[in-house]
Amino acid sequence: MSSVLYDAQGPRAKRRNVLFTGIFVVALAALVWWVYTSLDDKNQLEWVLWKPFFGTEAWSTYLWPGLQNTLKAAALAMIIALPLGAVLGIARLSDHVWVRVPASVVVEFFRAIPVLVLMIFGQALYANYTNVSSDDRPLYAVVTGLVLYNAAVLAEIVRAGILALPKGQSEAAVAIGMRKGQVMRLILLPQSVTAMLPAIVSQLVVIVKDTALGGAVLTFPELLASGNTMIGYYGNTIATFTVIAVIFIALNFSITTFAGWLEARLRRSKKSTGAVLGEDAVEVNPAAVGGGFGTGGEGGGMPGSRTYL
Amino acid sequence: MKLRKVTAASAAVLALAVAATACGSSNNDKGSGSSSGGGKKITIGIKFDQPGIGQKTPQGYAGFDVDVATYVAKKLGYSADKIEWKESKSADRETMLQRGDVDFIAASYSITPEREKSVDFAGPYLLAHQDVLVRANDSSIKSPADLNKKNLCSVTGSTSAQNVHDKLAPKAQLQKYPTYSACLTGLQSGAIDALTTDDSILAGYASQAQYKGKFKLGGFKMTNENYGIGVKKGSALKAKINKALEDMVSDGSWETAVKKNFGPAGYKNEPAPKIGVVKS
Amino acid sequence: MFDFLQGYDVLGAFWTTVQLTLLAAAGSLVWGTLLAAMRVGPVPLMRGFATVYVNTVRNIPLTVIILFTSLGLANTLGVTLGAKGVIDTLNFRLAVLGLVAYTSAFVCEVIRSGINTVPVGQAEAARAIGLSFSQVLRLVVLPQAFRSSVGPLANVLIALTKNTTVAAAIGVAEAATLMRTMVEKEAQLIPIAAIFALGFVILTLPTGLILGWVGKKVAIKR
Repeated sequence: MSSVLYDAQGPRAKRRNVLFTGIFVVALAALVWWVYTSLDDKNQLEWVLWKPFFGTEAWSTYLWPGLQNTLKAAALAMIIALPLGAVLGIARLSDHVWVRVPASVVVEFFRAIPVLVLMIFGQALYANYTNVSSDDRPLYAVVTGLVLYNAAVLAEIVRAGILALPKGQSEAAVAIGMRKGQVMRLILLPQSVTAMLPAIVSQLVVIVKDTALGGAVLTFPELLASGNTMIGYYGNTIATFTVIAVIFIALNFSITTFAGWLEARLRRSKKSTGAVLGEDAVEVNPAAVGGGFGTGGEGGGMPGSRTYL
Repeated sequence: MKLRKVTAASAAVLALAVAATACGSSNNDKGSGSSSGGGKKITIGIKFDQPGIGQKTPQGYAGFDVDVATYVAKKLGYSADKIEWKESKSADRETMLQRGDVDFIAASYSITPEREKSVDFAGPYLLAHQDVLVRANDSSIKSPADLNKKNLCSVTGSTSAQNVHDKLAPKAQLQKYPTYSACLTGLQSGAIDALTTDDSILAGYASQAQYKGKFKLGGFKMTNENYGIGVKKGSALKAKINKALEDMVSDGSWETAVKKNFGPAGYKNEPAPKIGVVKS
Repeated sequence: MFDFLQGYDVLGAFWTTVQLTLLAAAGSLVWGTLLAAMRVGPVPLMRGFATVYVNTVRNIPLTVIILFTSLGLANTLGVTLGAKGVIDTLNFRLAVLGLVAYTSAFVCEVIRSGINTVPVGQAEAARAIGLSFSQVLRLVVLPQAFRSSVGPLANVLIALTKNTTVAAAIGVAEAATLMRTMVEKEAQLIPIAAIFALGFVILTLPTGLILGWVGKKVAIKR
């Protein structure tokens, strides 16, 4: 394995690598051993605490219904937030001030507020001004909070993705007589989707994780909240949190894996089109940091979104 | 062309998501039964995570509050299968009643003048006391004053730890967690010295299989907690529930429920309180 | 109109939020940069570790991580972080630790993509004059990478500011904790939510604007 960052390794460098690896392995093993013995010391590894996860009872009563609610809220939020975010992002690029400015205000406002606050707000809104039944209200409030926040973030991702394309693309399209809508629909959006995908996916992961906030404040029985109910019955706090963490990792990992596959496909099928934010294009255009990986920080979106002003 | 592929791919994602959602909701409906259609139902707020009081278990809902609520519902004309249980966390109880999300709440709900401003109470149906739970081998906490310089745990939104801190042990340190179970984990490991809330709730936790013999109650009786059944302000239910509670005591069902739920915990409960008399 | 604010230390709560944010930001910048260095470095095992770390931590809800620091690290493993017996200090430090563990995964990704913006020629030239891996990274690549990462790092900082609300789960008295207390005790939900929303807007909007401007200034035009 060689990289531009370091030379092909000679015997001394190889020895040093082995040494570093050795030290690292020892440190890691010591850490694992310490965690294991401490857990054992505090009786956290007793079979009775972990047994529930190997039967059906715990899953059918607590975890599976909770997981369903998590998936439901996340899926709804994604379905609503994606198109809404695209519309807001495109609106921010509009030539008309009266479209651009309101869209910018909405995006910047909702991006700045914690989702938690938006959820609490949504809960009060549905309770006081609508007749949504009390069974559905927590779900509605959670989805509302997630949509408001994530649509704003997705809008920034879309905007940055479009801005990162070389100017020549839209200029050429205008030159052959396309209207503004056509330029966006036929030229800009299709090309920028590949570049946006990693950032969009990390935002989808954020949506899945943020459903857990609904359980904490709104009695929305998602995975973490049902986990808490479950702990009340089995008294296995650490075991349950571990299992819940593993479920979330598996869930989000499958989302990112699927997205990686999708991205690879889109990239492969795109031989003739110009601007793809591949490794090379990245150098051409520093605004498009990070073509290839889910980046941007939580709720950050595409790095191009640093063009605030 | 490119757009079409993207659209196709995203359509596939959406379809998957919708499918997952759809099967999710249909399952749920079967489970809880819709509240709007068919047959009169009653919605009751309880706790889902308090052993002995109100708990969601793989076998259904169980606890003293559940038994009391079931009895009251029966007297009001709703059989057990017409009850829809709903989780009412401590912080949400008043709002749930005011909005009409539930018909009544039996969820270790103490009658206080503060709460009576926004909701009405039937009962009381149980007299509990604020107490502490400590490790069985810890003999250093014999009175509330011994809690000074100790680590005291309670749940977010509960005032019981704050009360102890302000009135009895000003040097106690407070730890707040979202659930009592988290406090118990700390208590077990020694990071926390005492967990404080109502003795009825503590007894339930102490008698759970995995904690048996590890904890004991302090027996301090620091306050009187009169558990009432919360109803919407001005609701006609109050009188009916009071009548039902009186019946429950007089026909012996109250005693049976107490034995069944508190017996295993070895909790010495107070005798049935007189309806309408709130001990302060 | 704002008499419901009486008796609540709103500013103090937001001060805790600011402290949490700044300390966690400093910590995750350091740890995140180290992780990024491991990910591009020559030792395969460290590369693997950093990759697994980032992909694991990014996929867990922050609430779970924060609860783990208290229930797992402090209660079960007995980590005291130099605050033995002082619960409030301990919780604050644990919250900072949890936020650092979580945020550094995002910082790592940002820096790694920042490294990708540095032209290959730069690293090649650095190697040609005989610099070692750590010198290449320290003297040539990272300084340039940081300059193009300011904008994305600002986004991470904003997310971090808002994420400090999760510290409420282990009882750190920051803004969200106070908000929940106030919502429970006072009837005016909407004004209270509005005030706290405004507080966060005041904290995060300037961060975004200023760092966005700085990012434009320091970015290397290529």
